[in-house]
Amino acid sequence: MDLYRVEDRRLLTGHGAFLDDLQPVPNIHHAAILRSPYPHARIRGIDASRALAMEGVVSVLTGADVASMSRPFPSALPRQAAYYSLAIDKARFVGEPVAVVVARNRYLAEDALSRIVVDYEPLPAVVDPEQAVINPDAPILHEDVGTNIALHRTLRYGDPEEAFRTADLVVKRRLRFPKYGSTPLETFGVLASWDAAEEVLTIWSNFHGPFSMHPVVAQALGIASNKLRFIVPGDIGGGFGIKTSIYPYMALIGLASRLAGVPVKWIEDRQENLSASSSGTDRVSEVELAAAKDGTILGIRMKIYDNVGGYFRPPEPGCTFRPLGNYVGGYSFRNLDVDAYIVFTNKSLTGPNRGYGCPHLYFGIERVVDEMAQQLGLDPAEVRRRNLIPKSAFPYRTPTGGLYDAGDYEACLDKLLDAADYAGLRRLQAEARAQGRLLGIGFAMGVDPSVSNMGYVDIAASAEERKHRHPKSGATQGTTIQVDDLGKVTVEISTTPQGQSHETMVRRHVAKEFQIPEHEVMVISGMDTATRGWTIPSGSYSSRFASIGISSAVVTARKVLEKLQRIAAHQIEANAEDLEYVDGSFRVKGAPERSVSFRHAAGIAHWDPASLPPGTDPGIYVTHYHTMPTALPPDDQDRVNSSNTYGFMVDMCVVEIDRETGEIQVQKYYGVHDSGVILDHKIAEGQIRGSFVHGLGGAMYEEMSYDADGAFLTGSFMDYLCPTFLEVPPLETHYVETPSPFTVLGSKGIGESATETVPACIANAVTDALRPLGIEVNELPVTPSKVWGWLQEAAVHDQS
Amino acid sequence: MKPSIFGYLSPDTRAEAIAALSRYAGDAKVLAGGQSLVPLLNFRLTSFRYLVDINRIGDLAYIRSDGDCLAIGALTRHHAVELSADAARDCAILPEAMQFVGHPVIRERGTCGGSIAHADPSAELPAVLTALGGSVVLEGPSGARTVDAEDFFLGYLMTSQQPDELLVETRFPKLPAGTGVAFEELARRHGDFAIVGVACAALPDGSFRLGICGASSVPFRPRDAEHAAADGDLTLAGHLAAGQSEPEADLHATAEYRRAMVSTLTQRALRRAVERKEGSTRG
Amino acid sequence: MADMRKDSAEDALFEARDVSCTVNGQIYRAKAEPRRLLSDFLREDLNLKGTHVGCEHGVCGACTILLNGRPARSCLTFAVQADGAEITTVEGLAQSPARLTRLQESFSEEHALQCGFCTPGMLVTATALLQDNPSPTADEVKHYLSGQLCRCTGYEQIVSAVLAAASGGQKGGE
Repeated sequence: MDLYRVEDRRLLTGHGAFLDDLQPVPNIHHAAILRSPYPHARIRGIDASRALAMEGVVSVLTGADVASMSRPFPSALPRQAAYYSLAIDKARFVGEPVAVVVARNRYLAEDALSRIVVDYEPLPAVVDPEQAVINPDAPILHEDVGTNIALHRTLRYGDPEEAFRTADLVVKRRLRFPKYGSTPLETFGVLASWDAAEEVLTIWSNFHGPFSMHPVVAQALGIASNKLRFIVPGDIGGGFGIKTSIYPYMALIGLASRLAGVPVKWIEDRQENLSASSSGTDRVSEVELAAAKDGTILGIRMKIYDNVGGYFRPPEPGCTFRPLGNYVGGYSFRNLDVDAYIVFTNKSLTGPNRGYGCPHLYFGIERVVDEMAQQLGLDPAEVRRRNLIPKSAFPYRTPTGGLYDAGDYEACLDKLLDAADYAGLRRLQAEARAQGRLLGIGFAMGVDPSVSNMGYVDIAASAEERKHRHPKSGATQGTTIQVDDLGKVTVEISTTPQGQSHETMVRRHVAKEFQIPEHEVMVISGMDTATRGWTIPSGSYSSRFASIGISSAVVTARKVLEKLQRIAAHQIEANAEDLEYVDGSFRVKGAPERSVSFRHAAGIAHWDPASLPPGTDPGIYVTHYHTMPTALPPDDQDRVNSSNTYGFMVDMCVVEIDRETGEIQVQKYYGVHDSGVILDHKIAEGQIRGSFVHGLGGAMYEEMSYDADGAFLTGSFMDYLCPTFLEVPPLETHYVETPSPFTVLGSKGIGESATETVPACIANAVTDALRPLGIEVNELPVTPSKVWGWLQEAAVHDQS
Repeated sequence: MKPSIFGYLSPDTRAEAIAALSRYAGDAKVLAGGQSLVPLLNFRLTSFRYLVDINRIGDLAYIRSDGDCLAIGALTRHHAVELSADAARDCAILPEAMQFVGHPVIRERGTCGGSIAHADPSAELPAVLTALGGSVVLEGPSGARTVDAEDFFLGYLMTSQQPDELLVETRFPKLPAGTGVAFEELARRHGDFAIVGVACAALPDGSFRLGICGASSVPFRPRDAEHAAADGDLTLAGHLAAGQSEPEADLHATAEYRRAMVSTLTQRALRRAVERKEGSTRG
Repeated sequence: MADMRKDSAEDALFEARDVSCTVNGQIYRAKAEPRRLLSDFLREDLNLKGTHVGCEHGVCGACTILLNGRPARSCLTFAVQADGAEITTVEGLAQSPARLTRLQESFSEEHALQCGFCTPGMLVTATALLQDNPSPTADEVKHYLSGQLCRCTGYEQIVSAVLAAASGGQKGGE
């Protein structure tokens, strides 16, 4: 029986090949990492002699080794604040690596950790990003920087002063967005093998790109980039952006292997994962909206404190600037002022996490849009409608430089209101309120960017600074297709998938282009930088596959067909332009008996180069790197098309609050998505549902929590609360399919969309439920204990 | 996350187990279902020189009627209690409470003796045992002794069990026919340890039994609240139960919230138990 | 414990010992020190990589196996405890990769797996559920599987797959 996806059979029978399943070299030893128990401490000395004396222990790598064997990772920062793969003289968050033990097995390696003596001098800590900047007594993390501000950028588009001066209404809110991460079920895994004879470092890992981290690691380790080999297995157990940030461990375990002289494997355990892998930033912000009486948004001002933790590492400041092109969401306002601080505190480090920066962005905008509607006495759905970018405006250039490809936002909103029977729900709400029940209806919408433009990273530098640098641009993805002498097809993809069904989709579309049965196409996933085609943006992140990934595969297939067509034409002495490709054969238009099959044409390329047309190389092995012409560097006005395709989603949900317990029941959640042409509804639905639950987690359950002194509180899955089967409310999805003119199949990314708006939608719904009591949800996650506390305050308020 | 080294014993009889505990008193820990202990070992939050695995002692797994008690052997899995016809008939609060103990796969392995001996103040079974005024049977080198629940739970993860003793049985007083039971629990997610949990039995004679978890360092039985409920004042019962709680704040809930929830959940449990009692008499 | 007797019987308590068990119908024997987790024993010593490890504290459920026919976390079980036991892992559910169980087919058909990392534990646990309760309701499926985390699917398609496998069974394996 054929299964739905090609990936499924191996995964269903326990025969997948995940990182920890690999045994590519003999004599693998195992690493355990000693981590700082302090949020902030000077390291005065390390004595590893007792650990080294243990049977089975090979080596202990410490800060002194790392400082002498490597350099800080290069970053976009204008100032110092060296970030190494391990603490050198100071630990700056709980869980920061301090030493690495290499031993015969992981059990022994962990035993040895307790024998290492570290002389720490604990220092005061700061965890709140705003306090880290404005409080003069806040401890400074990086003395050489002299401030906890890693980066400060002010960006101005249109005429925000005028917008706020002429506004009928200005709404301003302070908001707190939590630190959480998608915690893939498979943790980080690295196997490094240093070949001293050839001076080649081979690193197997479940890294999913972007491969821009390859030069970052090569430079940190001082290794020629062609002697640093990254290998990624075909199966990765979830990533969601988090595994981009594995690269410091690739460097660290590489150093450990070099020091130990044996191949070293490290599998991150869950405690390490929660305390020290990666997460989105927590954000403190002030968002201010200027509106006209009729609900027209005139402009927005944002002051942002994004918390990157103890160090700043690439691809940050993506948390702040990756969504720059879509900072206005689906709205048509043109005036925007952004005052962004990227801040060091004594928390763990950040990086891409599903939605990268967008959940934060839409939480801010959608909260103030709701408060504006409330103050003007307008319906929140109606206010949104009045401000939508109209269908006729596409492709639409946003004030921040984004180029929205296509979309029918109003159709999405209509579909939502219709599917949910919005008018009926408001009547139900009125009845519920009359009975004293706390029923709320919330909205949120947003534009979902996919296929990051490598150029956005340069926004970290000012326009003036950028003048002196070579610009970055592009969003390239490569595919290689070979057709063997019997006409069978092998496709090598470089998208390092983590469950997004790339093998299935590439197989389907390449087979379709070649007009051959799907089983005659084999897709090779995984990656090897030494033997496979790759470039800087390769990998899976920013929902690239349905836009650039599949485009790259299809265009490569078409290039193969062009070559075969030339071969076929030469064979039957016709002009290539006179041939058509039908049912797997090239044939002369109007004379179908003169034909050459796909297999025959391929066979000629392998067996009979003498019969090839002049100037045609033998063999069929075609690599095509596909990029997008829209991926340009920032201009001198700080405008950048930070992504290349843009989907749209509008959500609504119904919640009821238990007055006595503060419990929040999400009764129903609706989402309407316009992500262009949907390539496979079942797979797209899977992406939406998974993405929805990540948003739900951030809205109601998940937070990497610290106390005020920097102690880490959520080091297990008993404290860090991932939603289970029983926490997921009923979700109803709908699709509007406006084809993207910028991609080959009209499709675009969809995997991050739901997660970007769910936190805002839940916050708005709970606020709506509590509206009769004057309570607003301006911080997440919203928990029963918090809601109950607000209810008590409101009651006291009411009595006084 | 690998445990440190330990010596492993897997006795086939209680006597051997007690002998081992006695020999290594203070250095040995009983391993039953392992669903609470092994995570602590894997995190290296705790370690023991010896583990005495009682899983091969066949006669420690039973549910039997013993006079006015339901006697449950220490190695009886939660899952077995959940499905037990004896428990459903004689102590219906037990299967009711089991729904809140972890998740089904955890209940397949987790044991009653383990839950009681672990004495997590947020756990459900200790609250049930406390509510009903049950007891535990501890067997040591010099014989067995029975300890009332309220004398057994001493503090957070602390009991009056001696290092050389094996908890062999838990005794839940039977509830007479016509009793209505309810277990109310508030947790961040289903299956998590309780923020607050309330076990309640409404007896045919008009009296009540209450046991509360999550709101003090030990599960407790608010007798004043039971009396107020018997007098028909459920609101007062809730307030009295809350008044007896000594909650602490943690990541998931403030102390004030926990205290208030003791009141709310106590009232809900009382109401539901009464409804069920009335339902059973009518039926 | 200065007075502790250091005899050989005492030492033996700490030493690796033979563990023999039947896994997926095949008898295995290997040495394991007492602290070795069954999950590591299966993966490293018996080379059965299908069982996945996601948290090592019993919460995520990826490592769930059938131990003497009942679901158990292999990360909360020591290998020595499995001496003499009969174990089923994900590799043992289907007769061969070419002949999947109805449940495995349903998982594919309903797109109940994305990355596939949680899938072994999901399948093993759902297999146990369907043995106990051949036609569960959606609510029963959710409760039974509630100790299994999946970070990719959002769960709904897993529920559909288990229900489809159950109803398929009722119809006589349609």
